Amino acid sequence: MQSVIFAILAGITLGSALMVVTSRNLLHSTLWLIAAFFGIAGIFILLQAEFLAVVQVLVYIGAIAMLIIFAIMLTRRIMDPQQPRFNSQWGLVGGFTALLFVGLAAVVTRVAWPVAAGEIPADAIAQLGADFVGVYAVPFEIASVLLVVAMIGAIIIARERE
Amino acid sequence: MVPLTWYLLLAAALFCIGLFGVLARKNAVAVLMGVELMLNAVNINLIAFWRYTGLNQLVGQAFAVFVITVAAAEAAVGVALFISIYRQRNTVDVEALDDLKG
Amino acid sequence: MDYISNLFVNLGNSWTTLLSSFLPPWAVTLVNFLVVAVILVMMPVVATLTLTVMERKVIARIQNRIGPNRVGPWGIFQAIPDAIKMLTKEDIVPANADKPVFNIAPLLIFAGAALLWAVIPFGRGMIGQDLNVGVLYLVAVGSISTIAIVMAGWSSNNKFALVGAFRVVAQLLSYEIPMVLAIAAVVLLVGTMKMGQIVELQTAPFILVLPAAFIAYILAAAAETGRAPFDLVEADSEIVAGYMIEYSGLKFGWFYIAEYGNLLAVSAIATTLFLGGWRGPFAGQIPALGPLYFITKTVLIVFLLMWIRGTWPRFRIDQMLALAWKVLVPLGLFTLLWVAVVIKLPVPTFVQWALSLGGNLVAIFITLTIMGRSAKRYAQKHALAGA
Repeated sequence: MQSVIFAILAGITLGSALMVVTSRNLLHSTLWLIAAFFGIAGIFILLQAEFLAVVQVLVYIGAIAMLIIFAIMLTRRIMDPQQPRFNSQWGLVGGFTALLFVGLAAVVTRVAWPVAAGEIPADAIAQLGADFVGVYAVPFEIASVLLVVAMIGAIIIARERE
Repeated sequence: MVPLTWYLLLAAALFCIGLFGVLARKNAVAVLMGVELMLNAVNINLIAFWRYTGLNQLVGQAFAVFVITVAAAEAAVGVALFISIYRQRNTVDVEALDDLKG
Repeated sequence: MDYISNLFVNLGNSWTTLLSSFLPPWAVTLVNFLVVAVILVMMPVVATLTLTVMERKVIARIQNRIGPNRVGPWGIFQAIPDAIKMLTKEDIVPANADKPVFNIAPLLIFAGAALLWAVIPFGRGMIGQDLNVGVLYLVAVGSISTIAIVMAGWSSNNKFALVGAFRVVAQLLSYEIPMVLAIAAVVLLVGTMKMGQIVELQTAPFILVLPAAFIAYILAAAAETGRAPFDLVEADSEIVAGYMIEYSGLKFGWFYIAEYGNLLAVSAIATTLFLGGWRGPFAGQIPALGPLYFITKTVLIVFLLMWIRGTWPRFRIDQMLALAWKVLVPLGLFTLLWVAVVIKLPVPTFVQWALSLGGNLVAIFITLTIMGRSAKRYAQKHALAGA
């Protein structure tokens, strides 16, 4: 049962990801990207990480995909479907990434991963929250500083100068 | 339960598709989308390893949250850069932006 | 009497027993899941059929009219001819539209409206799925509607639709922040994101504990559902219905259903978070009263939103964004901080709640004072400019 669900979600994710990188229309690319994000959120639910799944939908679909759509709408004259979508090195790159995948797959399937069975703790989310202000307090603060810096930086870069 | 290897293969495939997008697309916005796919592949790996090997430590989930944070920051700055470049050059074609080429 | 007092749960049990008599256990589970799913998916449709009539009646009374009064007693069946009229219209797709995107957008917006109902508790134990991350789920599902609206606006290939889509992005993203801050204050106070649990722990309605958060939530909810005075996304007189301009027939119907489904959903969420959900006198002894209380409170909030719509003119876009960023976000941030401080104080819960109420009232007072001053300044400036 889980295998079937995994196969469907993986199919959605990979199929959408392929459409993202090959679609001629940039807006269609973004919509396929959203479909891929949904597939990945489904994978997270299958892995019983509900919090991450919801954050995935909230941040990637609600914020990042919206931001990209906004960028496309603001720069929409670049969206000429007649223009080539790939640069001159795409054949080389395609071969290289295919090779990389074969290499990664070989490694992933050969290694005997130390799998430890166990139950998810019932209060995993509360534990995660406590960890963020305990064990990971410093990285958490740095991440929030990063967000503030990125926000201010983005506003300054994109602001129209008079 | 689905074996761990399947998740790792899925993540590897997603990473390679994203990498292809980054290296082969002409449009900078499409390149950004490729980067997002790669970051997502990393997240799948982190969560899969958390689920299969490290249930009592939440480091996998915590790290995935940090990856999402960095992705959000990166997307914000990236989109701001595209808009700024588009205003000046009327293009965000990564092949046309080679002023620093010697 | 016992059967009546726990009517809904008993009905459910009888139904399960009936099914079990001729189906294997897994099929019973599956059928029950499907039944619940269908009921939840039907909620936006139910909302449309009832709330359109209610809205037309309420607005008519506010404007000193009678409203629909031809179909059925007091016109309560008005929604049925409306629906028939909508379904029999021709389905038009603009020639230069992006057809797949144009066709998917209505389905997606309906999905966004229907998915919200999965975590709303109608009574004790009457909840689709009491998710660990219930509250966060609500916020996440809300972003699906935004995507759908942008898809509709873009694919119509119409400048008014595109302007509408831009306004949607600006409005929904801005008002999501005060909304989340208001919700976060509640979550912080009860220490759980489970919707069922929030109601269980709400021994006093949180509107009496966090009035500032309630105000922020209601205003943000009115904006999120795109209702007047925040209806800039449709603004018939400016951009002729915005992103919906090119839709007709059943596809327009999906948007319409989603709009009223969202209206009922945000009211139900407000009821759950701030009015104590299904809690009420004797709800503990007679569980069947719970859903009745829940529906009554939800309809009261719907009425409040209609009242706001009936009495306020539309905001200008800068006023709308200023309200979000200069009024509601600071108010929400203050509420959140104050709750965070209060729940750490070593005093009994009711003292904490009283302190929270006091802080909220001070925050509302300060906000109103500042708004009043700036309004006065604005008026003076305009008088000078006019003279």
